[in-house]
Amino acid sequence: MCLGIPGKVEETYREHGLLMGKVSFGGVCKRVCLEHVPQVKEGEYVVVHVGFALSIIDEAEASRVFELLEAMNQLGEIEEAAREVSG
Amino acid sequence: MKFLDEYRDAESARKLGSAIARVTTRRWTIMEVCGGQTHAIVKYGIDRLLPDNLELVHGPGCPVCVTSLEMLDRAHAIASQPQVIFCSFGDMLRVPGSRGDLLQLKSQGSDVRVVYSPLDAVNLAAANPGQRVVFFAIGFETTAPANAMAVWLAKRRGLSNFSVLVSHVLVPPAMTAILQATGNRVQAFLGPGHVCTVMGYTEYEPIVRDFHVPIVITGFEPLDMLEGVLRAVKQLEDGRAELENPYSRVVRREGNPHARRLVDEVFQVCDRKWRGIGLIPRSGYKIRASYGAFDAEQIFAVDALEAQESSLCISGAILQGQKKPHECPAFGRQCTPQTPLGATMVSAEGACAAYHAHGRHLYDDRTAECTVPQA
Repeated sequence: MCLGIPGKVEETYREHGLLMGKVSFGGVCKRVCLEHVPQVKEGEYVVVHVGFALSIIDEAEASRVFELLEAMNQLGEIEEAAREVSG
Repeated sequence: MKFLDEYRDAESARKLGSAIARVTTRRWTIMEVCGGQTHAIVKYGIDRLLPDNLELVHGPGCPVCVTSLEMLDRAHAIASQPQVIFCSFGDMLRVPGSRGDLLQLKSQGSDVRVVYSPLDAVNLAAANPGQRVVFFAIGFETTAPANAMAVWLAKRRGLSNFSVLVSHVLVPPAMTAILQATGNRVQAFLGPGHVCTVMGYTEYEPIVRDFHVPIVITGFEPLDMLEGVLRAVKQLEDGRAELENPYSRVVRREGNPHARRLVDEVFQVCDRKWRGIGLIPRSGYKIRASYGAFDAEQIFAVDALEAQESSLCISGAILQGQKKPHECPAFGRQCTPQTPLGATMVSAEGACAAYHAHGRHLYDDRTAECTVPQA
């Protein structure tokens, strides 16, 4: 559960004083806290763990890692979150 | 090598495998620490790509697995109380304690919820002022910045009905405990890439020096891990012990300073009991006194609990790399992911669960010879 999932920062905003972002994971968008990567810009890719971006990576790294996680069935936390929200 | 064929870059992986075979002249044992790496190694059969005299053993890097039974039972006791909304990550809520898993409490009327992020738990507290929201904060250093932020934000928002039950664990003290254990076999480590994304790797430098053990910071893609193994073997063959970071595209020496600052603000290092291993000094985080109002252990008085582990289970030896899952007589028989007896079978990232998921209870570890267990 220490694996981070790469996603693209679509937009940034502030909520309760925290820097947040709408981050897209292969089309599934989630709200992610960006406080730990305050330098991030819209359009950049971040590694996200339990709703927090921990590092900024390039697009090639992001797509390679995303594909691998998909193959390893390790995108559960995104899917689970989507289920919780819809259910 | 049917597993590896599923990997896009199988050819490069095979080339690295051959390079490893060429440099390996003696028997070596290398441990990968991260549970995600264990999962990938078993899924892609990376260990089977290595020469026979090179063994990969699997470390304690699954935080869900190493959360102590006592802590699980404490969580169970808190979640059973009235006016409590108890929440955590899905994996954690499905781990069986002495009295069943936490999600089962739902059917008995308790309010237990899966959350994606600790911030969701904070929002639950804000939306339910009449309820006490308790978040079960588990994880390694990778998860600590998120859990610390939840506590920090709850204080800032003045949410007196939010608290966290903290059972955080730290990687470097566990590596030290493994190296100091009687019967240790580990001669080099693949360091946990995502933990180091947060913490950097300065904490690993004294381990390299004091125990003369190579540590190679490694990602979890098959090529990353094979490169990590190659570098570790080269060091072992040369008699060197160095810290190498071939995962520098993601990991910096200082880690993520923003995340580290917040973790340090909210948490302090403490002794921690690990399921299957026991107490490891200075191997966990607890909440600092200045955030004590958010500490569920202080808020909810739960009597000291003592839990009994199965006598059949050898997960302690597995977590420390002294045994492999298939060497346990209960593996795949009395102990399965549906009926786990101990730490390494309870979550998908545990070594036993990973072996089981990829059918290794049906086969010997290295040969393809079928040894279906007789029930």
